[in-house]
Amino acid sequence: MRAVSRPLGLACLLLASNPLYADYQLNLKPGVTSFSQGAYDIHTIVMWICVVIGIVVYGAMTYSILKHRKSNNPNPSKFDDNTTIEILWTVIPVLILIAIAIPATKVLLAMEDTSNSDMSIKITGYQWKWHYDYVGEDVSFFSNMSTPKEQITNQATKGENYLLEVDNTVVVPINTKIRFLFTASDVIHAWWVPAFGVKKDAIPGFINESWASIEEPGIYRGQCAELCGANHGFMPIVVEAKSEEDYLAWLNDKKAEKVAAAASAEKTWTMDELMAHGETAYNTSCAACHQVGGEGLHGVFPGLKDSAIVVGDIAKHIDVVINGVAGTGMQAFGPQLDDADLAAIITYERNAWGNNTGEMVQPSDVKSAR
Amino acid sequence: MNAVVEEHHDHDHKPTGIGRWLFSTNHKDIGSMYLWFAFTMFFIGGALALIIRAELFQPGMQIVEPEFFNQLTTLHGLIMVFGVIMPAFVGLANWQLPMMIGAPDMALPRMNNWSFWLLPAAFGLLLASLVMSIMGMGSAPNFGWTFYAPLSTTYGPDSTDYFIFSVHLMGISSVMGAINVIATIMNMRAPGMNYMKMPIFVWTWFITAYLLIAVMPVLAGAVTMMLTDRHFGTSFFDAAGGGDPVMFQHIFWFFGHPEVYIMILPAFGIISQIVPTFARKPLFGYSSMVYATASIAFLSFIVWAHHMFTTGMPVAGELFFMYSTMLIAVPTGVKVFNWISTMWRGSLTFETPMLFAIAFIFLFTMGGFTGLMLCIVPADFQYHDTYFVVAHFHYVLVTGAAFSIMAAVYYWLPKWTGNMYDEKLGKLHFWLTTISANVLFFPMHFVGLAGMPRRIPDYALQFAEFNQIASIGAFVFGFSQLIFLYLVIKCVRGGKKATSEVWEGAQGLEFDLPSPAPFHSYTTPPEVK
Repeated sequence: MRAVSRPLGLACLLLASNPLYADYQLNLKPGVTSFSQGAYDIHTIVMWICVVIGIVVYGAMTYSILKHRKSNNPNPSKFDDNTTIEILWTVIPVLILIAIAIPATKVLLAMEDTSNSDMSIKITGYQWKWHYDYVGEDVSFFSNMSTPKEQITNQATKGENYLLEVDNTVVVPINTKIRFLFTASDVIHAWWVPAFGVKKDAIPGFINESWASIEEPGIYRGQCAELCGANHGFMPIVVEAKSEEDYLAWLNDKKAEKVAAAASAEKTWTMDELMAHGETAYNTSCAACHQVGGEGLHGVFPGLKDSAIVVGDIAKHIDVVINGVAGTGMQAFGPQLDDADLAAIITYERNAWGNNTGEMVQPSDVKSAR
Repeated sequence: MNAVVEEHHDHDHKPTGIGRWLFSTNHKDIGSMYLWFAFTMFFIGGALALIIRAELFQPGMQIVEPEFFNQLTTLHGLIMVFGVIMPAFVGLANWQLPMMIGAPDMALPRMNNWSFWLLPAAFGLLLASLVMSIMGMGSAPNFGWTFYAPLSTTYGPDSTDYFIFSVHLMGISSVMGAINVIATIMNMRAPGMNYMKMPIFVWTWFITAYLLIAVMPVLAGAVTMMLTDRHFGTSFFDAAGGGDPVMFQHIFWFFGHPEVYIMILPAFGIISQIVPTFARKPLFGYSSMVYATASIAFLSFIVWAHHMFTTGMPVAGELFFMYSTMLIAVPTGVKVFNWISTMWRGSLTFETPMLFAIAFIFLFTMGGFTGLMLCIVPADFQYHDTYFVVAHFHYVLVTGAAFSIMAAVYYWLPKWTGNMYDEKLGKLHFWLTTISANVLFFPMHFVGLAGMPRRIPDYALQFAEFNQIASIGAFVFGFSQLIFLYLVIKCVRGGKKATSEVWEGAQGLEFDLPSPAPFHSYTTPPEVK
């Protein structure tokens, strides 16, 4: 239905704005940090300078095109030199550039000052999700895009925050100087939240830093900005800024969740529990490459259906999932997921899509294999 | 172009049949091959762009998979940069330089042949990877035309090795072409033509050739390091082995920034030839044009890291590269002001080459404005890797470089073929192209500022309107180029005979030769006063 309505919608668009779509935006927004407001201000200054220069340059050209055409001016002038004017149009641009450079330098120096921060969050880019680690708080988690596949393939109506929604939101307090530390585990990613004015590359083996002090509570959305492979377009960022008290409450909940997860890893799971949890966890962590149906992407990511590893030796299978395969896109999931998730995923892979081995892997098996 | 040559009856010996092209040492035949090669690649690269725009017509994945989308953007970029703009300029240099400096041919004709024939081999390798990808035998290069490590090294598909050897071949071809240009200009100018009497197009190519010799080996170095990282256990760009992925970007952009001027300096030269002709007035500020070109070439070596402001370089580095980049606005501004002053109080007519030249000045200046905005580091943090950048470089490369090539083809086609092209069709092509290019690229500024990253196969709903408009512009732009193809073929086959001067206000040695120009241009050097 959607697919049909789009071209029709376009026809409407040409006449009037189309209610099907979210509000569009023409310009940068000032954002909610001093950082983003600085960028917005300097953007506005330079843009208007360009507009003014544009009016002068395009105006002169248009005048010449209209007045100096052959029908109006059959005898061309022969001048080809004017030292005064040449000096003027070299010196004046230099002065304009200096006038731009001064405020730009001020804004930049303020931006790059990450000292005296109140808290730090370490952000790690993975293909294709973000990991957040609240430094010193023992709270860390992955954040995956939560837009369902059916919306992307046009089998379901797209939600309001299509492609800009995640399973685990990053929660931060307002009016606090938050230092972000960026790195990556595989390729280069870039963490960008336009409302903060923060865009920084997350580079494997290196740590970059930036900061934000958010002035208004709210939910802020962004995306990975550096091409990082097939699902580069599908690793959004969602940050929720809350009051200090609400933030602390959230932090305590996260810590409690962690204790509960540790307890569930101790028990023995049934096949149904493993398969149910495994399907969810597989679709979150594995399907981006190996695909929902386990068929992989030909020539890029191997399929798991009837794969020698998946239907073969359990120990080998557990090893590959925990430790990854060096030199390939297969990440080490041991540090990323807990024992219960890994056990469920491995069980699911061994029994889904016709891989009916009937074998179960318990969290305790994963724990001993680590 | 066979028809042309059969028509003019000079007394030159030239091989016939396929051998004429395979073994050609003639600057005109090689120039034609370069231009047809670029034209072919223009349609291939353009077809890839149209698949991209079709996919981006609406939110959701409709036509291709995200993985294949990345292959499309990669090959579109590589083909347009290395397969279209650069070979087209070399083709124009081949045709024009000997005629403009009063020489019989290029200085190194055999090398000329080799540098052309490496290109089909290079692009054969590159396109083979795309064909294999479509046939389900692995992935074509999928890491963007900038091929940042480690996405292109540890994580690159098997076809990356095809890509590496393809880039090596292109590099060798470009360096040989550049050596030939320099040797020709230095040694084969007509008596009396000192450096400051050379036509501006010759000057801009002279400087461009030095840029090519300086930076193509850097690119070769980058891809060689990739090759050894991939296969011979080195870790130039692998942090796990003590290497540095950011070093890749420094090396790449040390090549890459001069490269973008390699794609625009000859365009400046073309516009500086065309505007005086149709203004019937000498070029304003010849010597300042030469110095501005040289300054831009020099600055191009000290601005590369403005492509990398978000990589986390020290603030002193950010400031240096911001200031040095701002300086480029000065000589570039001088050029624009000079062109307008050339038009000022001239006696203007608006044949198709002039229309494209005027559109170039308007729209390249637009790309210049966004370029100035992009160099402001705090604002660049918001613009970087968004559609704002995509809009910027398409304004300078499509409505800049590509428009100048179209202007040059219209300007010199009568000289090459001996026939006038169809002016009505030319104007139709111009208006369709110019309007659709703006419908295509202008909305990209808006989605970029609104926060749409580049190189994504699917986007959030608030970007939908402008992407639809851009896609419509893309299809009109793409199909308009078929008019250009038809027009060129028509002109090659016949038409109103061109005079030797071709244009009323045309100056320069190439317009002293008959149209079509004889196979060996100037066999006796003309005297330049």
